[in-house]
Amino acid sequence: MASVILSARALTRHFGGLRAVDGVDFDLHTGEIHALIGPNGAGKTTFVGLLSGRIPTQSGTIMLGGDEITRLAAHVRVRKGIAYTFQITSVYPRLSVFDNVALAVQQTATRDLRADVTAALARVNLADRAEQTAGTLSYGHQRLLEVGMGLALRPRVLILDEPTQGLASGEIAGFKALVRSLVPETTVLLIEHNMDVVMDLATRITVLAAGRHLATGTPAEIRANHAVQDAYLGGHDAET
Amino acid sequence: MRNWILHLGTLALVAVLLVTLPPYHATNLARILVLVVFAIGYNLAFGYTGLLSLGHALFFAAGVYGAALPVTYLGLPQLPALIAGLAAGGVMAALVGLLALRTAGVSFMIVTLMFAQAGYLTLLYFNPVTGGDEGLVLPDAATLLPGLSADAARATIAFALFATALIAALVIVQSRLGRTMVAMRENEERSRMLGYNPFAVKLAALALSGLFSGAAGAAYALLFGYAGASFATIQYSILPMLWVLMGGAGTVLGPLIGTAAMFYLVDIAGSYTTATLLFVGVALVLLILFAPKGILGTIRERWLTWLP
Amino acid sequence: MGFGPFLLLALMESAVTAATLALTAVGLSLVFGVMRVVNVAHGEFFMLGAVSAWFITTWVGGPAWFSFLVALAVAPLFVAALAALADRIVLKRLDYEPEATIVATIGLMYIFQQAALSFYGPQAMPVEPPFNFRIQLPWFGYSAYKLSVIAFATLVLIGVWLFLTRTRAGLVMRATQVDRETAQAFGIDVDRVYAGVFALGAGLAAIAAVLIVPIQQAHYLMGHDPLLLAFITVIVGGLGSLRGTIVAAIFIGLSDGLIAFFWSPTLAKIIATLLVALVLVFRPQGLFGARQQ
Repeated sequence: MASVILSARALTRHFGGLRAVDGVDFDLHTGEIHALIGPNGAGKTTFVGLLSGRIPTQSGTIMLGGDEITRLAAHVRVRKGIAYTFQITSVYPRLSVFDNVALAVQQTATRDLRADVTAALARVNLADRAEQTAGTLSYGHQRLLEVGMGLALRPRVLILDEPTQGLASGEIAGFKALVRSLVPETTVLLIEHNMDVVMDLATRITVLAAGRHLATGTPAEIRANHAVQDAYLGGHDAET
Repeated sequence: MRNWILHLGTLALVAVLLVTLPPYHATNLARILVLVVFAIGYNLAFGYTGLLSLGHALFFAAGVYGAALPVTYLGLPQLPALIAGLAAGGVMAALVGLLALRTAGVSFMIVTLMFAQAGYLTLLYFNPVTGGDEGLVLPDAATLLPGLSADAARATIAFALFATALIAALVIVQSRLGRTMVAMRENEERSRMLGYNPFAVKLAALALSGLFSGAAGAAYALLFGYAGASFATIQYSILPMLWVLMGGAGTVLGPLIGTAAMFYLVDIAGSYTTATLLFVGVALVLLILFAPKGILGTIRERWLTWLP
Repeated sequence: MGFGPFLLLALMESAVTAATLALTAVGLSLVFGVMRVVNVAHGEFFMLGAVSAWFITTWVGGPAWFSFLVALAVAPLFVAALAALADRIVLKRLDYEPEATIVATIGLMYIFQQAALSFYGPQAMPVEPPFNFRIQLPWFGYSAYKLSVIAFATLVLIGVWLFLTRTRAGLVMRATQVDRETAQAFGIDVDRVYAGVFALGAGLAAIAAVLIVPIQQAHYLMGHDPLLLAFITVIVGGLGSLRGTIVAAIFIGLSDGLIAFFWSPTLAKIIATLLVALVLVFRPQGLFGARQQ
């Protein structure tokens, strides 16, 4: 069995009466691409918010490697190796692309900031836009920059919250290639609505529904799972 | 490179002006230079880190009294007193920051305002020690540097302090810390998710800002021979904000331009009318309405995008 | 005079402070609550109320009660109109962006101070109280006018409360406070509401000033202390909560008056300002503002 890099046990977060995340157990294996799916309101974003520390945990534990990180502040978890990219693009729009990535690179033990920033930009194909103001990039490029900033932190775990949302299909192909190139050095946890991307990229999939863990397995297993079909795909059909 | 040429050139120009201007303007310029250091400090917090403080008078006054009290009561020589004032400003800013930085935005403005007000009232309360509104008279500036007249000593020290502050500011804002400060201003949540502790960064920025403010306060007291509680009034929190807004928040040379412009605007207006408060008020309203980026900020936006 | 009567006197003096403070602070609180504007020039509206009361009573002449009543009616209207104008010319153009409006109202503060200094002068001048008799208590005589200030301020506050809860205009204001966008969508002219609220807030400060000016002379820098106290009150009471503001005004007016009476006014203010800072840091909903709707 593969080693576990990030795990959650009985993770819980309620907002008033709403059980956004309700006793979820979860294991992220080192070097995998793990997709987190579920109908709208299933608690996916809250769940990764708990993992990354953006939202405080009410009960349950989170372990990174061998260390418990349940109570650590978000910025401490980032330094321990959990990077998070925002669902809604969140770059520094008034700073240059270079400065955006430099802010991530300077958090690592870098010797040559300029060279490392250039390398990080090259990975997301933005090297020729280093001097441009980030807010003037196209939407697709801003998404790439966002991912580039996460990558530049050299994280052990990279959490991508709906990274392909709003991308053109040509951009999605490039994005899939990028994510594939990250593993196994980096472990990827991906929230994604686009089922083609999920089925194509993920080595394993976890399904959440109404704040609870529903199933975990390979894409083939998840496809065949009746509970998932009822809760998720059924719900999906009802939506369309 | 062109940054260094521009800023060192500015320093050279100021030095030439100090030497060549007639005594009245040279003394004015010395006064302006000390106040510019205060504005540079304010700019680090407000312009670069986005901390809109209404309490910087407290840090300035901490410098004033951090220098004046040891000189008056312990007979400390003036130059070490300058260091004491600088440290007092930094420590005061760090202490205020520890509490005030738990808030943000409007609350932060009010909390800093209230701390400064409490500081001012405390200076009044300990009137026998601080001199309160009457203040303390300090030794003449002629004793500052042996062999120099009061005017020459003032000009020399004011310029040295200003040059140090300007270069320090230039180095800070181009450093990793400077980039991080701007990141806090631009998007705090994103910065947190890049592993920065917003509280720690803002505290560092505020403490740095306090060091500059304290040094300026100490120099102002020592060079012009007076320390008083009035330096802790809200006016001394608002003036650096006005100078920075006018010169351009988040630009290294903005505080110099804004302070000099506002000083001479009030000075020239003062020879026609006594309504000088009006100019402060109208300038604030017009700036915030029509030119929130200030003189240099507008120039940077239009033409010189490389300005730090 | 024994301690008991002394305390009673201190309490009565403090009650006058509390009453005018409540008016001033409710004005500030309304502006903050509805418009999210921290009005640093609020103290100057207070000052302008007092100074214009001096001008009005001087011009009108006649018996003291008559000129005072005219001032009480006209000065707040004048100040309210000025505030509405400032809202239209300055605040509205800033789109009520919180930090920008603070800077702008600081500018307005200086402009109003300078205007008062230029037109009124640097001296402090009194206004005759409308009536002058003293109520004789067993231990000391007490100004009936001061007691009437408390009564009148209470009436005005009740009036404001009825206005906000029972009239259409009040309802519109509260609706705008809850949700500006929705109010706009329902056809409420938000610009007019804002101008009205800003005018009402300034007018309340001016009423407080007209009431206080026979006790305390008019001076161009007199707005400073009321501003500070009103700030303290609004924050301790919970930003934007009217009920909290009134409770806090009574609490702060009384305690400020009592501490100032028995110890030193400066010490009272030091304690109050530190209290505000700590409340904002550790209990941003205010000491009395816990009940949010």
